[in-house]
Amino acid sequence: MKYYLLIPFLPLTAFLINILLGKEVLREKAHWPSILAVVGSWLVTIFSVLPQVTAGKIINEDLYSWIVSGTFNVSVGFLIDPLTAVMLIVVTTCASLIHIYAVGYMHGDTGYYRFFAYMSLFTFCMLMLVMGNNFLQLYFGWEGVGLCSYFLIGYYFNKKSAADAGKKAFIVNRFGDFGFGIGVFMVFLTFGTLHYAPVFSRVTEMVGQTVNFLGWNVDLPTLIALLLFCGAVGKSAQLPLHVWLPDAMEGPTPVSALIHAATMVTAGVFLVARCNPIFNLSQVAMNAVAIVGALTMFFAASIAITQNDIKRIIAYSTCSHLGYMFLACGVGAYSAGIFHLYTHAFFKALLFLAAGSVIHSVHTNDIQEMGGLKKYMPITYAVFVIAGLSAGGFPGLSGFFSKDEIIWSAYASASPVGKFVWVLALAGAFFTPLYTFRLIFVTFHGEHRGVRHAEHGGHSAHDTHYGEHHIHESPKVMTIPLMLLAAGAVAAGWVGIPPILGGGAHFAEFLRPVLGEPEFHASHAEEWGVMAMSTGIALFGLAVAAFLYLRKTDLPDRISKSFSAVYNILYHKYYVDELYHYTIVKPTLWVADNILVAITDAKMIEGIVNGLPGAIGRVSENLRRVQTGLAQHYGIFMAAGAFFIIALVLLLR
Amino acid sequence: MVPLSWYMLLSIVIFTIGVFGFLSRRNIIIMFMSIELMLNAVNINLISLSHYLQDLRGQILAFFVIAVAAAEAAIGLAIVIALFRNKATAHVDEVKEMRG
Repeated sequence: MKYYLLIPFLPLTAFLINILLGKEVLREKAHWPSILAVVGSWLVTIFSVLPQVTAGKIINEDLYSWIVSGTFNVSVGFLIDPLTAVMLIVVTTCASLIHIYAVGYMHGDTGYYRFFAYMSLFTFCMLMLVMGNNFLQLYFGWEGVGLCSYFLIGYYFNKKSAADAGKKAFIVNRFGDFGFGIGVFMVFLTFGTLHYAPVFSRVTEMVGQTVNFLGWNVDLPTLIALLLFCGAVGKSAQLPLHVWLPDAMEGPTPVSALIHAATMVTAGVFLVARCNPIFNLSQVAMNAVAIVGALTMFFAASIAITQNDIKRIIAYSTCSHLGYMFLACGVGAYSAGIFHLYTHAFFKALLFLAAGSVIHSVHTNDIQEMGGLKKYMPITYAVFVIAGLSAGGFPGLSGFFSKDEIIWSAYASASPVGKFVWVLALAGAFFTPLYTFRLIFVTFHGEHRGVRHAEHGGHSAHDTHYGEHHIHESPKVMTIPLMLLAAGAVAAGWVGIPPILGGGAHFAEFLRPVLGEPEFHASHAEEWGVMAMSTGIALFGLAVAAFLYLRKTDLPDRISKSFSAVYNILYHKYYVDELYHYTIVKPTLWVADNILVAITDAKMIEGIVNGLPGAIGRVSENLRRVQTGLAQHYGIFMAAGAFFIIALVLLLR
Repeated sequence: MVPLSWYMLLSIVIFTIGVFGFLSRRNIIIMFMSIELMLNAVNINLISLSHYLQDLRGQILAFFVIAVAAAEAAIGLAIVIALFRNKATAHVDEVKEMRG
């Protein structure tokens, strides 16, 4: 019995049940199939798959011939190795807790069943993505999660901004997936198969080969690696395709937590780690991965400092942490990248869910309208602080170990860009606690700055407090998953404590058969130094946040006024959206309006579609006059016809 | 002995009268009679040629024509009666529901 098959197919069953029966039969109980399915997947992962993988057994089975065409042969197959096992734990654990949380968060929503149906479909696609044993199945899952992401971002589809954000996410991802698709074609052209095992075992065959790509002779491994990385850049919201992720916050908060923090956006990192034999062959591609990751990390972190939308801040934070993961992969420390993926899933899902808990109670996303929530929402506050400390790399928590591992790998690796990305990583280590604790201090500390209600005019002193009466701690169905995730945010990283701190680095050890081991050229003393440095910087960032937003609360405004140029650039997210609007969106719309609509559509397509029936209509308009209804006319035609035919026969004899 | 050509001339004359009557008259009964004329012109032709060629097949065919003509007349007259009950006319120009 292949128990592992239950992992993806339980959520698929839940999706089918919900989409078919949810609206009419299940209604308010629509969460049951989804939650039971995903918890079932989690149980199978923990109690069936994990023991097998820890015992060293790798499952790689083809179960069904999917496409057979000449030499092109793809099957539906499953590969469960340590890397997949880690992803399975991340996906099923986060998905279970977030599904349960969503029961409280989505309570009473009109599309309740639809929400859970899509969440289950997403979970299925994500699990197919990580469990596939070939590139095509990966691609299937990849597009599937993209589709579900689109559904769920645009969940409130009657709100224009949400519908637009969904489209934006989908279209921006097209750019990345286009490259990814070509990358998969190149893999097939080179190796004649799409299955991981034969591709990775024969990967060295392509060293030194070049291929003519768009007129240039390009190194084959570099080309394939960069094309695959294209897909990762789109899906994981790296520069320059990061623009969709902040907008994706239009979706419900559990969606942001599951799809846009814990799982889907990390698929890019998974892809790079999975294809590490290909990336290892090309220094150029590795450097590109590291630099793109490092730049995104710095860029997104700096934007996060100035934003006021609670979810957007966390979204930029996600971008930035994904940058960390790519940075780690780029310097060859894949296990450090996956380790950060694993810890990040817990603390970032927690941040999002805690933010969702806040939004659920104050009904706004603007942190400037919050403040002083600490006394109303003690549990949310506590888990928010834990998540913030973990994200900021506070010693002893999950985030600390993974982040420190990445910073250390960047410093110690043999990569030519190692030192450069190390400096950026340190800058990121300063920004993360700064923006996270800015968020926490502005939201939870100080006085409540709730919306004034105009209808109660005349009692302005009480108006401010009007909103406060409605602020309440979230129900248990939301706080219990928060607390469980908080436990994860604290303790999940303990499996990867480095030897220097007395740990066994079990995580890297576990992944070594798949991801190999980076080469380090540095001493223990340096390792201590780097760790002390990154920790010091993180604590400094926290201190700066505390100073600016707890002690001298007027200082941030003064700073933003005196450095208004810098502030404006950051506040407007480096004007990337505007740049794309003028260089891509506007020309595209111009072409659409003036060429596609005006000529192709109106003239060519409608010309044919409307012209053909028009012509037939005109011909028959004339032809119908032949039908006079007078029997004599028909008689004449018959006689004339008979005469004509006989004449013809006689003449041609 | 009457020569074959006379029979054939008779046949042509009757046939032409039939065609002309069919095309020129408006009364539906007259048009029916014209059709009968055309059919019988053909019968004359068939039988005279059958005798001339000493072949009985022509006469057999003539019987078929008579049988079909009888059937046609029965159905046709039924249609005419139905038409007359509905439109109180036997004038074909009045009946042009099929005009396109």
